[in-house]
Amino acid sequence: MKNYLSLASGVFVIAVAGPIAAGSSPQSAPALQQAGTPAQQQNANVPAGNAANGRKLFTSFGCYQCHNYEAQGGSAGPRLAPRPIAYAQFMKYVRHPTNEMPPFTEKTVKDAELTDIYAFLRAQPAPPDLDKIPLLK
Amino acid sequence: MAKNGSVDRRDFLKSAAVTGAALVGSAAGADAQTAPPAPAAAPPAPGTAPVAPREADPSPETDIVTTDRPGGDFMVDVLKALNFEYIAANPGSSFRGIHESIINYGNNTSPEFITCCHEESSVAMAHAYAKVEGKPMGVLVHGTVGLQHAAMAIYNAYCDRVPIVIMAGNTLDATMRRPGVEWAHSVQDAAAMVRDFIKWDDLPWSLPHYAESMVRAYKIAMTPPMMPVLIVLDGGLQEDPISAEVKERLRIPKLTLTSPPQGEAGAVAEAARLLVNAQNPVIIADRAARTPAGMTHLVELAELLQAPVVDQGGRMNFPSRHPLNLTSAGGRQLIGNADVILGLELTDFWGTVDSFRDSLVRSSRSMVKPGTKLISITAGDLYVKGNYQDFQRYPEVDIAMAADAEATLPALVEAAKKLVTGDRRRVFDERGKKLAETQANARDRARLEATYAWDASPISTARLTAELWAQIKNDDWAVVSESGNTSGWSRRLWDFNKSYQWAGGSGGAGVGYGAPAAVGAALAHKKHGRLSVTIQGDGDFMYAPGVWWTAAHHKIPLLAVMHNNRAYHQEVMHVQRMGNRHNRGITRAHIGTTLEDPFINYAQVVKGMGVYSEGPISNPNDLGPALKRALDVVRKGEPALVDVVTQPR
Repeated sequence: MKNYLSLASGVFVIAVAGPIAAGSSPQSAPALQQAGTPAQQQNANVPAGNAANGRKLFTSFGCYQCHNYEAQGGSAGPRLAPRPIAYAQFMKYVRHPTNEMPPFTEKTVKDAELTDIYAFLRAQPAPPDLDKIPLLK
Repeated sequence: MAKNGSVDRRDFLKSAAVTGAALVGSAAGADAQTAPPAPAAAPPAPGTAPVAPREADPSPETDIVTTDRPGGDFMVDVLKALNFEYIAANPGSSFRGIHESIINYGNNTSPEFITCCHEESSVAMAHAYAKVEGKPMGVLVHGTVGLQHAAMAIYNAYCDRVPIVIMAGNTLDATMRRPGVEWAHSVQDAAAMVRDFIKWDDLPWSLPHYAESMVRAYKIAMTPPMMPVLIVLDGGLQEDPISAEVKERLRIPKLTLTSPPQGEAGAVAEAARLLVNAQNPVIIADRAARTPAGMTHLVELAELLQAPVVDQGGRMNFPSRHPLNLTSAGGRQLIGNADVILGLELTDFWGTVDSFRDSLVRSSRSMVKPGTKLISITAGDLYVKGNYQDFQRYPEVDIAMAADAEATLPALVEAAKKLVTGDRRRVFDERGKKLAETQANARDRARLEATYAWDASPISTARLTAELWAQIKNDDWAVVSESGNTSGWSRRLWDFNKSYQWAGGSGGAGVGYGAPAAVGAALAHKKHGRLSVTIQGDGDFMYAPGVWWTAAHHKIPLLAVMHNNRAYHQEVMHVQRMGNRHNRGITRAHIGTTLEDPFINYAQVVKGMGVYSEGPISNPNDLGPALKRALDVVRKGEPALVDVVTQPR
C-alpha cells in the first residue's frame, strides 16, 4: 500500500490515486490518456503504425513494467490506453519525460517503433461496461 | 551433587576436576605445609601452577546423569508467567534444554512450540503475530547461525516498531563445550551482531537473573516505540539442575507495563489550536493505531474536525470507506493544499511532504505551501540509533511531540473540542460534505479503473482483488499480509472497518517477510475464528517457502493468493531505469530480475508440503471457482494456496 501511495518507498512515484485524464491528475502526473476529442483531432495525420508490433515492443522495451501489459496503468505509471494522449505530445514526453518516467532516447527507440507502440495504445479495446461487472458493484 | 541420584553437570565436572587436582596433590605431595618434598620424575617448571589431568573420567559411583529439575523448567515457568502463547523456532542444540522443558515440563502448551524451517520465518511470524495480538511471541534461535538467519527479520521488526522476545542459545563456558560444532555455534557476545537493531539485550548469569531480565525485556519491548529484545540463554543454565541455593532465590518479578508516553500538555493544546483554526487540515497516519482503540480515537478526531485522513497503512488506522478517508483520492493534492498537517507515527515525515525525483540528477522539492504548519507525534523520537538509517531524512516540523500517537489522541480530541465554536462547526460541516463527495468520487473512479484489462491474461491485479473480495466479504476476514505490489487495489475496493483487518507491512522492506508474516498473523487469528487471507508476491515467497510446511503442520487456516508476476518486479524497474539512463540495453532488464525459464509452479511447491493448492491460473474466468474451492479448505481449518499469474502490478 505504501508503494501505491508513493509517499515513502515507491521507485516510480507517479501515483494513480486520481484520474489520469488530461489536466485532472491530482499528482501533477502528465496527461497520458485523453478523455475527449482534442487528441482525436490532433491525431488526424498520425502515421498508421503497426499495432501488433507495438504490443511486442511495449513489452520488450519495458513499458509494461509501469503501465502493465495492457497499458491499463498501475501504482508505478498511469493508464495509457485506450485513447492515448495526442501523438505529438506522446512522442515528446517519451523523449523528455518530466516526471518519474525514465527517458527513451532516439538511440534506444526509433520514431517508427514509438509509432507502432502508439498504434498499439490506440488499438486497445475499451473496457467492459462497469455496470455489467457484478464484482465491481 | 543433586538429590535423587541426579547430578548437576557443572558441579559434577567441578567435583571431577577437584578430585583430579587432589589426586595430583596427593601423588605429587603438593601440600607444602604438611608433606615433605617428594621426588618427582619430571618436576614442574619453576613458577607454574600444579597441573590437573587433561581429562577426569568420573568414577562409576559419581556417573549420575539425570536430573529432575533442570534450569530450563524454571525458564518455562517464566514464559508461562509472561503468558507467551507460542515459541517459534527451528530446533537448535544450543537451546535443547529449554526446548525439552517446553515440550515435557511445560506440556507444550502456553507456550506451544511452533516448528519453523528457518529462523527468518520464526521472527517474521512473531512480527506479524504481535501486530494482530498486541503482545510478543517468543522466538528461540541458535546464538550464532540461528541469529544470523534471523537477522533480517529482526531488522524488519525493529523498523516496524514491533515487540518480539528473542532467546538465543549459547554455551559460554569454553571448557564445557562439546568439540566441533558446539564451538562453531558459540560466541562471546551473541547479541553484538544484532545490537544495532534491537532495543535491549542481556546475558543472564543465573536463573534469578534470567527471570528478572525476561520480565524487563518484555516490558522494554512493549514500551513505545516497541522493538525486538534479545536474551541469551547459556546452555548450562538451561540444562543443569537447579541447586538448593538457587532454588531459594527463584522468583518471577511482577510485570507492570509502562504507560505509553503522552504528548506534553502545552504542545497538545497548541496542536489543537492549529487544527481547529485550519482551513485545510490533513491528518496522516502510519503506525498510529497500536490497538483497536487507536482507530476509534482517530475516527473521533477526524470527525470532530471533519478533516481528511490519509492512511499510509503501517497499521489499520482508519476505515477504508469512511467519508473522510481520502487516501485514494490524491494524497499529494491534499498535502499541497493543506495549511496544517498532523503526522501520526510517520515513518517518513519528510518524504510525506516532499517529492523526490530519482533521475540522473536527483532532486527534491517541498510539496507544502509556505506557512503550512507541520505537527508530528511519534514515539520514534524517543529512541533513535545511528548506524542503520531507517530514521529517514530530517523533517522540519513546527511541533514535535516525542510521544505515542495513540496515547496522545484522546487528549488532543478533548483539547480540540474545547476550542470548537459554532462558526468553526459550520465550517467543519461544510468541509466534511465536500470531502465525503470527493471520497465517493474516488471510490467510483477506482471501480471504473478496475474495469481496464478486466479480462486480460495475465490477470490484472484489480481483477484478482475483486474476485477475492467477492469470496470473503461475508466472512470475519483479515488481510494478514500483502507482498509484492498490487497497486493498492484491496484498500481501494474493499471495506476495511475493523482494527484487525490489516496488519501493515514489513517495516524494513526486507523481502521475504510476506509469507512467514502471513502464517504468523493467521496463527494469531486462528483462535478468534477469523478468515485469514494474503496476497503473496512470488519473489517474497521464494525466500523461505518452508513456512508453508509450518502452516500445514500446525493446521493454521490461511488462504494465499499468489501475485505471480514472475519477477522481482521492483528490481526489473530499477534495472530498466539504469538502462534508459545510460542510453543502452533497454531490452535486457529481465536478466537477473525475473523468475522464468523455468516458471515456478507454486501450487506444486506447497502441495509437496501438504498444502491444498490450485493453479497456476491465467484465465480470469477460472479464478473465482478456484478461490471458492480453496476457501472451502481454509474454512475447515487448513491452509491453501491459489497460484495466479498476474500483470506486473
